[in-house]
Amino acid sequence: MRAGAFLWRRRWLKGAALLAPPLLAFGVVYLGSLAVLLISAFWTVDAFTGKLVHHWTLDNFRVILSVSDPTYLRIAGRTIGIAAAVTITDAILAFPLGYFMARVAPRQVRAILFVAILLPLWSSYLVRIYAWQTILSGGGALDWSLGRAGLPRAHLAYTNWAMWIVFSYVWLPFMVLPVYAALERIPHSYIEASRDLGGRGFRTLRTIIVPLALPGVIAGSIFTFSLTLGDFITPLLIGGTGSSFIGNVVYENIGINANIPFAAALATIPVAVMGVYLVVARRLGAFEAL
Amino acid sequence: MRRIRKIHLLVAALLVALAVPAVAISRTDSSSSAARILKGEGSLTLIEWPYYSDKSFAAKFQKQTGCIIHRKDAGTSNEMVALMRGGGGGGGGQYDLVSASGDASLRLIFGGDVQPVDVSKVPAWKDFLPAFKSPAHNTVKGVHYGISVQWGPNTLLYNTAKVKPAPTGWASIYSGKYKGKLTVPNNPIQIADAALYLMKTKPSLGIKDPYELTKSQLDATVNLLKQQKPLLKRYWNYATDEITSFKNGDVWMGAGWPYQTLQLQGAKAPVKEIVPLPTTGWADTWMLAKKAPHPICAYLWMQYVSTPQVQAQQAIVFGETPVNPKACSYMNKLQKGSCAQYHLNEPASYYSKIKFWKTPVAQCGWKSGSDCMDYNAWQRAWTQVTG
Repeated sequence: MRAGAFLWRRRWLKGAALLAPPLLAFGVVYLGSLAVLLISAFWTVDAFTGKLVHHWTLDNFRVILSVSDPTYLRIAGRTIGIAAAVTITDAILAFPLGYFMARVAPRQVRAILFVAILLPLWSSYLVRIYAWQTILSGGGALDWSLGRAGLPRAHLAYTNWAMWIVFSYVWLPFMVLPVYAALERIPHSYIEASRDLGGRGFRTLRTIIVPLALPGVIAGSIFTFSLTLGDFITPLLIGGTGSSFIGNVVYENIGINANIPFAAALATIPVAVMGVYLVVARRLGAFEAL
Repeated sequence: MRRIRKIHLLVAALLVALAVPAVAISRTDSSSSAARILKGEGSLTLIEWPYYSDKSFAAKFQKQTGCIIHRKDAGTSNEMVALMRGGGGGGGGQYDLVSASGDASLRLIFGGDVQPVDVSKVPAWKDFLPAFKSPAHNTVKGVHYGISVQWGPNTLLYNTAKVKPAPTGWASIYSGKYKGKLTVPNNPIQIADAALYLMKTKPSLGIKDPYELTKSQLDATVNLLKQQKPLLKRYWNYATDEITSFKNGDVWMGAGWPYQTLQLQGAKAPVKEIVPLPTTGWADTWMLAKKAPHPICAYLWMQYVSTPQVQAQQAIVFGETPVNPKACSYMNKLQKGSCAQYHLNEPASYYSKIKFWKTPVAQCGWKSGSDCMDYNAWQRAWTQVTG
């Protein structure tokens, strides 16, 4: 009781007590670890003992950004390129689906579609990746169906094309949901007004629906882009001989001579890319659609 | 008064209850160290290759010693090193032993993650094959950092239905005849395989030891691996990856271990392996973590797995070769002809043709100076090839 009265007299204290745990978790655990990551990227490792050398140097970044040996630039370019391709693919697939769900489908069909989109998320990510490995591999479901149709084999297993397909599949729900939410929020009266003014189907889509749904697409793209950017399991299991992502190289460098500074330097690339991406997304109003 | 008396009784009972185990503890403490060795801490935590403490032989150990095994399976050498270095290194006070292969063991020794092992406490050690008593990958300057456990050659695995005629040597994985149907491990130590191949085909490079390469020798090896890359279907990461690729016909030939061959043949896949000499090979060591919380159980385990019967059991389960030659007769009992099949009866000269994995360090063994490329450089070179 006394404590209650004490808190009643100092209301700010109650708010502070409620907010302290999440703020501490965010400030210390999240921002703190990001700061440590950034700092350790400027250290090196003693090759012989594997111990950290706390000596400030730009060597890690020099190796990564080296133009004479573009290994790491190539890997970063591949990671960003595939993440962008996956995002565009998912946006193209999710828009008509989201439109159908939000504006065309009767309630029951919509519910079924929702379940169909969310159901894969109930199974483990690894199970879905291995399933795709089986589908794409030699003698798998894809080659079998192509053979039945009298077409030549696709030879997709262990290629970057395979990674593109698998990534587009696993992250699609994360694009469909925000696009659906954005499309559902467009008032029907806007579309009617457009029609009244003589706007045909395509013109209404181009001038009314797409601009109003764009924040939803951008919000979805944050998910698909960042999830692809940070992945390292799919390249490991689906990728071929030239399929390493930034995540794979980070993982390899932590195991080898515990070269954490180099791994940290590499890990700053996705952080920087996402930073730029989020600033652009904010300009386009994506955060209002989240 | 009555109440007070009751409380007194309770306190007395509590004191007695506390004192009884205390007596027992002080007794075990005062007994001889030999008696204490027999009684383990009741628990043992292992970082291991999957099945390295297979129940078929580990169950008996747990019953005999009361050390209950907790397993942490690792799929690659890098995972093992990363696990040992977690929690401040030295096994983090969580892990007791790690079944490190030769490409990880020196990294653990120089990183200070493992502690010296007293081989006199492992009686079977003196029976080991000479090549595995003090090998360079687990013994530094005469100090042992573990007990060798099993070894195996790196083998050339091929699909007998597709690859005709059968391959005869490592040249097959560098030639374009089966382009797009080949696989090799995704491991920087694979550089040594290419270096070993160049030792024979390009003597002008002057490679003396495939694990001790100078800058120019490493560059030449990387060039060979870059030429090999377009011939490959994929680099395999886990043994199961390679097994799957052979099963569904994506891959026809590749570098592997006897384990994959056994698994594939068990699944009736048309595969065979050859061991082209000279070849690289791996040898595993049970290494004692610096912060091992259960050292007595750890020694009991090292004693147990080096006995001939257990050596034979593990060899048959995993498809590898014991380091204790006395296991030969037990192997033949478990599976007819397996002692010869796994090359346990070979003469000493055989072992000089197998270049066992060891972590590359800057200090060259075959020439003075430290201008050899260390493992960091190997890792970067490997990323250059594969990335």
